[in-house]
Amino acid sequence: MRRIDWRGALLRPQFMALAAVLGINWLLFPGFFDITLQDGRLFGSVIDVLNRGAPVAILAIGMTAVIATKGVDLSVGAVMAIAGAVAAVLVTGGSSAIVAVGAALLVGLLCGLWNGILVTYLEIQPIIATLVLMVAGRGLAQLVTEGSIVTFSDPVLIFIGTGSLFGMPMPIVIAAVLAIGATLIVRKTALGLLIEAVGVNRSAARFSGISSGLLLVVVYTFAGFCAATSGLIVAGDIRGADANNAGLWLELDAILAVVIGGTSLLGGRFSIPMSVVGALIIQAMNTGILISGFSPEFNLVVKSGVIILILVLQAPMTSQWLRKRMSEGKAQ
Amino acid sequence: MNRALRPLVATTAIFALAYLAAVIQFPAMLSTRVLGNFLTDNAFLGIAAVGMTFVIISGGIDLSVGAVIGFTTVLNAVLIMWLGLHPLLAFAISLMVAAAFGAVMGAAIHYLKVPSFIVTLAGMFLARGGASVLSSDSIGIKHELYTTISKSYILLPGGGRLTVIGMIMLLVFVFGIILAHRTRFGSYVYALGGSEVSAGLMGVPVARTTILIYTLSATLAGLAGIVFSLYTSAGYSLSALGVELDAIAAVVIGGTLLTGGYGFIAGTFIGVMLQGLVQTYIVFDGSLSSWWTKIVIGGLLFLFILLQRLVFSAASPRRKVFWKT
Repeated sequence: MRRIDWRGALLRPQFMALAAVLGINWLLFPGFFDITLQDGRLFGSVIDVLNRGAPVAILAIGMTAVIATKGVDLSVGAVMAIAGAVAAVLVTGGSSAIVAVGAALLVGLLCGLWNGILVTYLEIQPIIATLVLMVAGRGLAQLVTEGSIVTFSDPVLIFIGTGSLFGMPMPIVIAAVLAIGATLIVRKTALGLLIEAVGVNRSAARFSGISSGLLLVVVYTFAGFCAATSGLIVAGDIRGADANNAGLWLELDAILAVVIGGTSLLGGRFSIPMSVVGALIIQAMNTGILISGFSPEFNLVVKSGVIILILVLQAPMTSQWLRKRMSEGKAQ
Repeated sequence: MNRALRPLVATTAIFALAYLAAVIQFPAMLSTRVLGNFLTDNAFLGIAAVGMTFVIISGGIDLSVGAVIGFTTVLNAVLIMWLGLHPLLAFAISLMVAAAFGAVMGAAIHYLKVPSFIVTLAGMFLARGGASVLSSDSIGIKHELYTTISKSYILLPGGGRLTVIGMIMLLVFVFGIILAHRTRFGSYVYALGGSEVSAGLMGVPVARTTILIYTLSATLAGLAGIVFSLYTSAGYSLSALGVELDAIAAVVIGGTLLTGGYGFIAGTFIGVMLQGLVQTYIVFDGSLSSWWTKIVIGGLLFLFILLQRLVFSAASPRRKVFWKT
């Protein structure tokens, strides 16, 4: 078993970035770290960051696995909308909440399966294969809701979005369970290694006996499942399914979270916990911008700045330059 | 028949069949009025799709075009309405800003060795965010030039109108076809899409070509933004949301191979027209809701990707790559 180097892990740039962003938020808003317990639920800005970050964090869990196989899933935002629409329409049609949640998750799995089949058996590039569902998905969601925003008052669905368990808001609990579960599954079994092998070189993985096709399908299906879960949370949060806006552009946030977490878009080594940290960094920035009184549009500019910074830091050119500087420094 | 032209012929045939089917159901669709509106309503999409075709032929992708369109409309509105510049000067400034934006993205893609997908994603955030920072409200543009342009058109036989922005799109397509098939830059783009390493070994200036491709795409997106602001007489930071997806769909439907190295600008034109046909059909039908547009375009996209697979899996043994770096 691998031993975890805690001190090394905490010094990773992602944790330092998160600490920096939270620190800035604290400077802007001194009450940032205050947490109060009210009616058996925790409240506070930090809890809010976790709560609001949960949908993207959940998407990022599935997206990490997909990106580790050298793919990408652009359809997760649309799948969120479909899942929310299915659950809302079933519940307003008189089905029980269990059926609605089950059906929404099943639809998510099917969407993921569709993507997986396109990528694996039709050998379409992931970005294009999932583009089909990204374009058509919102239309499908609107077909389900018949173009209107379907609101519901089912206590179970609302609980998923806004309820709390042991004082923690439900979205955080779901995200934590999924993140820990997925991490354990990929790290305590060979699954993570197999995913990395397929991501690094699919042919080589196949020649060494990995059924890479099946693995890819499973990974995309899992991403669909995560998207559906996230869609349920978002729908429960607003007590309705908005086919136009639910999960809009969240696929980009999820990809960004994965990239911030250090998983390369070229496949291979990945880390689910770090992607979740990436999602939290994004949300902490969003919250910070809101607290500091800038308009929310400013978010996009800051986000692009962060991407550019990461790209420059990760570029081979930069590390070469750094290495050169270091060796020059030693020579003196 | 030249087998390289097969996908183009297939796309054209499908468009012709679809148009025929639509005309049989609604005879009124066979008029130059409808065709003229096809051109006018999709002018901005067509112009952006030409740039996207070059990017995709070179093996990349440009997610920033919709955002650049939005940014240009706002920049135009700000320059004309707030700073009182003449529209022509504003157009020139907007195009230069867009070109510089594209050049920086191209340089980042080449020198930082990151997938074009992620660089243009950052570009998309930056352009949308920049546009909202300039003005998050819609700014109406009132200027004589705008009224003159939107009023002038060539009357086609049958009462159809070929508007100025429709003509701009047609000119851009002609320019694109010549650039792709009759210039050295065009062959560089195809070579780069075939294989960047081989292209470099053959003496293609890879850095310059990459930068120029994204400059071209962003400049055309800027032009599309100008056309969009002429079309709507307004600048709005959220305009042309998701146009990059429509443009990619048009390129794919037009028979351009997503792995790069193969494609036609003329095919993209058919792809744009096919999308226009779907929209117009849904308007004519009246009972279908607008969200069917998305579903049908998604379905068409799937159909054409499948078609490409079938045509090319038999034709070429070349292994496909997931990402071009």
